[in-house]
Amino acid sequence: MNKKILAGPYLVWMIGFVIIPLALIVYYGLTDRSGAFTMANVLSITKPEHIKALMLSLALSFISTVICLLLAFPLSMILRNRGMGKGSFIVFLFILPMWMNFLLRTLAWQTLLEKNGVINGILTALGLPRQNLINTPGAIVLGMVYNFLPFMVLPIYNVLCKIDDNTVNAARDLGAGFWQTLIHIWIPLSLPGIISGITMVFVPALTTFVISNLLGGSKILLIGNVIEQEFMKSSNWNLGSGLSLVLMVFILISMALIAKYDKNGEGSTF
Amino acid sequence: MTRLKRNFKRIWQDFYLVIIMLFLYAPIATMIVLSFNNSKSRSQWGGFTLEWYSQMFASRNIVSALQNTLAIAFLSALIATILGTAAAVAINSMKRVPRTVLIGLGNIPMLNAEIVTGISMMLTFIAFGVTMGFKTILIGHITFNLPYVLLSVMPKLKQTSKYTYEAALDLGASPLRAFFKVVFPDILPGVLSGFLLSFTMSLDDFIITHFTKGAGVNTLSTLIYSEVRRGIKPSMYALSTVIFVSVLILLFISNLSPKKQEKN
Amino acid sequence: MSQPLIDLVHISKTYDGTMVLDDLNLSVKENEFVTLLGPSGCGKTTTLRIIGGFETPDTGKVIFGGTDISKLPPNKRQLNTVFQKYALFTHMNIADNIAFGLKIKGKSKAYIDDKIKYALKLVNLEGYEKRTVDSLSGGQQQRIAIARAIVNEPKVLLLDEPLGALDLKLRQDMQYELIRLKNELGITFIYVTHDQEEALTMSDTIVVMNQGYIQQTGTPEQIYNEPENAFVADFIGESNIVPGIMLRDELVEIFGAKFACVDKGFGTNKPVDVVIRPEDIDLVEPEKGVLTGVCTHLIFKGVHYEMEVTTPDGFEWLVHSTDMCPVGKEVGIHVDPFDIQIMNKPASEDEEAVGTNE
Repeated sequence: MNKKILAGPYLVWMIGFVIIPLALIVYYGLTDRSGAFTMANVLSITKPEHIKALMLSLALSFISTVICLLLAFPLSMILRNRGMGKGSFIVFLFILPMWMNFLLRTLAWQTLLEKNGVINGILTALGLPRQNLINTPGAIVLGMVYNFLPFMVLPIYNVLCKIDDNTVNAARDLGAGFWQTLIHIWIPLSLPGIISGITMVFVPALTTFVISNLLGGSKILLIGNVIEQEFMKSSNWNLGSGLSLVLMVFILISMALIAKYDKNGEGSTF
Repeated sequence: MTRLKRNFKRIWQDFYLVIIMLFLYAPIATMIVLSFNNSKSRSQWGGFTLEWYSQMFASRNIVSALQNTLAIAFLSALIATILGTAAAVAINSMKRVPRTVLIGLGNIPMLNAEIVTGISMMLTFIAFGVTMGFKTILIGHITFNLPYVLLSVMPKLKQTSKYTYEAALDLGASPLRAFFKVVFPDILPGVLSGFLLSFTMSLDDFIITHFTKGAGVNTLSTLIYSEVRRGIKPSMYALSTVIFVSVLILLFISNLSPKKQEKN
Repeated sequence: MSQPLIDLVHISKTYDGTMVLDDLNLSVKENEFVTLLGPSGCGKTTTLRIIGGFETPDTGKVIFGGTDISKLPPNKRQLNTVFQKYALFTHMNIADNIAFGLKIKGKSKAYIDDKIKYALKLVNLEGYEKRTVDSLSGGQQQRIAIARAIVNEPKVLLLDEPLGALDLKLRQDMQYELIRLKNELGITFIYVTHDQEEALTMSDTIVVMNQGYIQQTGTPEQIYNEPENAFVADFIGESNIVPGIMLRDELVEIFGAKFACVDKGFGTNKPVDVVIRPEDIDLVEPEKGVLTGVCTHLIFKGVHYEMEVTTPDGFEWLVHSTDMCPVGKEVGIHVDPFDIQIMNKPASEDEEAVGTNE
């Protein structure tokens, strides 16, 4: 009995700084400046500039997630099959960039991609024409992939490491070739890791405003940029909260989808 | 499979590893090189210099941001570790339903978009008339650190046998003494890794800080953000290099310490 | 049991500079139950994995039915493996586990369903098609692992310590089950274990291995009754291994006493090792014994008494007998000639490494 009191401070803290703030977002999102109930803030997502930002966010974060997955899976397979232990230096090197300051990583790409940046400098030195690299959707995708790739690698690598060698050997023994083993054994057994990797990449990519700001310039607006500007520039909290609610709905939908898939994957696992 | 085919496969895999490694490290390496470049141009090497480093340490903005960052990281990690460890001990002794509720509560800031967590806190501080500054950043960081402490400590608690605690009680120790003498040493690795994880997360954070900081207060992240939007100065590269090397050292220490314990 | 089905020819394998198998030669006949027996690290599992295709030997060949399959990947080999800890696919149900190999080969659904039914019946788990792997006990998972392998109609079934994770009672039941399966299927079993009792119970042929070398190959009776060296004698059952001198054919001297035996051809006055099983020692009146000693230890084991008799030279003889001899009593030791097994002493250090090291 006595022990349970220890959770008190934590509970109070989480209610004070997580639950109440979320309740406030709901309150502001569903009221106007005078405090009267309205759906206008939420429905303003249908405005062309907002829907465009949301669609672009969804598209870019989807593409980035797919690229991350396609890069991370073979990488994790190679790392695992080389028998590199969890503490191994090589694995450490692939996880290390995750701990680098997020802004610095993006800043680094800005340095490379800019009009007078490193890549264009090299191109000029080689006598090639300069390329317009920065301030394009491609630059944003690159930034997303670069920033979030380790978040995909880590869970997939961890789950692959847990797969017993003999399970794979058994499939080979029963006649499965490389691709059949991949499709029937490796992928289904690593599904929990893949799913958690997808969540860890998709949600921050969908909601980012920093990457788009630094690599996309002021012309490309993602939904994150719109919300950030409503709060920090226009001080229209009601509108910002309304759009945040929409964003949260999208996060919840994607999580529900993922949870469902995860259950299917794990349903036959357990 | 023939040996030749296997060698070919291995070479191909090595190639893939190197490409990804280049992709991950080329930008960081570029920044480190540029931090020593005696030319403001980013595409020309103008000789070696430490000027940007001295400029960086002379800048009052950067130094105060550095102080803020370290103070917030340390304090938020410390407070989150204490609150989180206490909560973990309590949760561990609870039944299924309250346990799920309390852990679920911690999952909210971890799964939610950071931008939403950030603005929701900002709204709360304004609504309750709290002036935003150092304290509000600290509160924000403690909030997102708490779940990570829970996540590190809970598994260790599950591993500890409750019989050792009961044995200590049986031998006449008071519950408090039994906890600190018997349970705590067992979960210490989890507590430490929770602290280090929190510390690094706090160092790395930008979004929550961006929304909960008041005017005039900066951490390194927010300082870089405002500087970068005005155009990159070479002293930023120097700062990046310093941070990269610090994180590297910090990670080495935290990666090495648990291994030593295992060996013993 | 006719022509050899599998031939391992001059197989060597090194891991990180450690020799695991050294010039191993082994021949397995069709329809034989062969057990590779030895302590951990003796190379028995590596041998099995080389046959299965999971390891490539550094040198040597694996001949299967007359063709060299050394370079064939596991999925192209006509044999199947039952793995240690079963290695079932936890993300599939029982039917899908058993069907895996058949689906890969593109068999028809009707054929597969038939085979699943047949295999489940064979391992006494009818009606388990839709169950999940985790809902099964260890023994049941073991049977599924066997079913999954045999539906592919392999010519050879490789079993890697398949009973190691089961408890004693279940292990004994499964031993009979495996013998029955082998007789019903009429295929070759190659079985790896460190448990000598398992090996003696099930095998047609036992291959005793140590440190990468084959120590002795033979029927269970040969291995038990006529061990060729001290390692085999020591590893299989309990035994008294004592130094002796072969005075001439059919006479050996042990600790100064002369014992009649049946072994010939060792020469005269040749130092040898003598193996006497504890149950082959008869305790008699002191004056009737060839050697005399004092009983120094006595434990009741149920089936028999276990005693230690110390002779004046200090050697402690292990004796199993249904007759009790109280501690402190002086007794005589008598052994029937055919119960004495004479072995050559290792001649060189090299041979010693092959023979007696553990």
